[in-house]
Amino acid sequence: MICIDNISVRSGEFQLQGISFEIEAGECLALMGKSGSGKTTLMEAICGLRELVSGGISIAGDDVSDVAPQDRMVGLVPQDNVLFQNMTVREHIAYGPVLRKWKKTDIFDRVAELAAELSIGHLLDRYPVGLSGGEAKRVAIGRAIAAKPKLLCLDESFTGLDGETLDEVMTAVRQTIRREDISTLLITHQKYEAEALGDAIYEL
Amino acid sequence: MKQSNRNRLSKQVANASHIKYSGWFGAWLTGSLWIYLGLILLLVIADVWYVLASMGNTEGLREMLDWGNLWQSVKLTFLSSTVSAILSVLIAVPIGYLLSRYRFFGKSVIDAVLDIPVVLPPLVIGLSLLILFNNFPPRILDWGVGSLDDIMSGWGMRVTHTKLAIVIAQFTVACAFAIRMMKVSFDQIDPRSEKVAMTMGASRGRAFFDVVLPQSYHGMVAAGMLAWARSLGEFGPILVFAGATRGKTEVLSTSVYLEINTGNLKGAVLISLIMIALAVMTILIVRILTKKGAGYDMH
Repeated sequence: MICIDNISVRSGEFQLQGISFEIEAGECLALMGKSGSGKTTLMEAICGLRELVSGGISIAGDDVSDVAPQDRMVGLVPQDNVLFQNMTVREHIAYGPVLRKWKKTDIFDRVAELAAELSIGHLLDRYPVGLSGGEAKRVAIGRAIAAKPKLLCLDESFTGLDGETLDEVMTAVRQTIRREDISTLLITHQKYEAEALGDAIYEL
Repeated sequence: MKQSNRNRLSKQVANASHIKYSGWFGAWLTGSLWIYLGLILLLVIADVWYVLASMGNTEGLREMLDWGNLWQSVKLTFLSSTVSAILSVLIAVPIGYLLSRYRFFGKSVIDAVLDIPVVLPPLVIGLSLLILFNNFPPRILDWGVGSLDDIMSGWGMRVTHTKLAIVIAQFTVACAFAIRMMKVSFDQIDPRSEKVAMTMGASRGRAFFDVVLPQSYHGMVAAGMLAWARSLGEFGPILVFAGATRGKTEVLSTSVYLEINTGNLKGAVLISLIMIALAVMTILIVRILTKKGAGYDMH
């Protein structure tokens, strides 16, 4: 379970105060708010990329408020994917497990498993240049969940996808997070996305 | 600049090439181009013309120069420029990244100080290096250690008027240019790359070496080549700090100076043409290496 307890975060002059919510394992919470309401600031704080002014964050019972991002076991999918131009799709998926020092055979199996789940098996040896929006999104999601994080953060991750691709990618994400039992925080300003993927909705 | 944006921009530029230039605006664009391009081409043509005319009237290429001496000069130029370029990139990468990604107290002042070698007259840099190594720490302090050059001589490394002085003089100027280029290169890489890598388990340093540095490869090559080209053409600081001793601290730029001083204008022009050829080769290599891929783009 993910527990956000009365946290305050500052970004320049802007400050978010008194934010609290919980996400059960395997559950998706959709965080909605207008542009400039601090959604991304909040997500960065949860990922450990921004310091908390006050409050606490616990992931699976462990207080991670002062833990470095690399030790929080979170996965992040930014708005426009931010794929690594120097890595193939296979290297993207394998990167997290490699950093977590998994065995080679386990990494190989995990890449194959996610490639099948996300239908990106045919893309494994390609570089990000030339991937379609839907393909790039699937790669970014595979990269984020490869090392089996406790929390998956989707930061406006479905923006820019057309109707059919959006449905396909959201279906793949829903199935994957259910199967992997990952708590998910979806940041969006689209009600459709929040209702389709979220088990609960939190308004900022 | 993100890859998708760069591709889009390239397409826009390609489409723009179909626009016809006409009227005063077209004349202004193309006129400016031809004035400056014409000046550069005329400089080269005049040099080539002069050498060819001299060959026809008086002597062949063989008699124009001491080729053995020139070969020594070419070797020292290549060696010193390459060492300076490597040192420049090694220093420019961390500084460029620091300036690109971090905010800290006094950043704008430090940024301005780093530009001093770019804007300062080259002779002043040479003079300052000479003072630094020969008259620092000031004798008035009487620390009993002598000058910086004395201290380094104690370690078996005399600096002033040696080959080491050539490298230091070249590095002082070239590194400032390399830093600018690396900063631009890192600015073009989305900082969220590191953030994503860090959430995946990478430390800040590991994220830099795994994700940022490979993506800035072309910028790094461009920075190295620019530093190399700057070092190749450096003259003022070398003349003052390293001297221009024939066969000892003689690089191509000082060879030109020495030939002029001895009245051998034809030899000086010939060496200038060799330097022009090297500069053109360098620019072409940089353009080819940075044509595709992430990081800094010369176009």
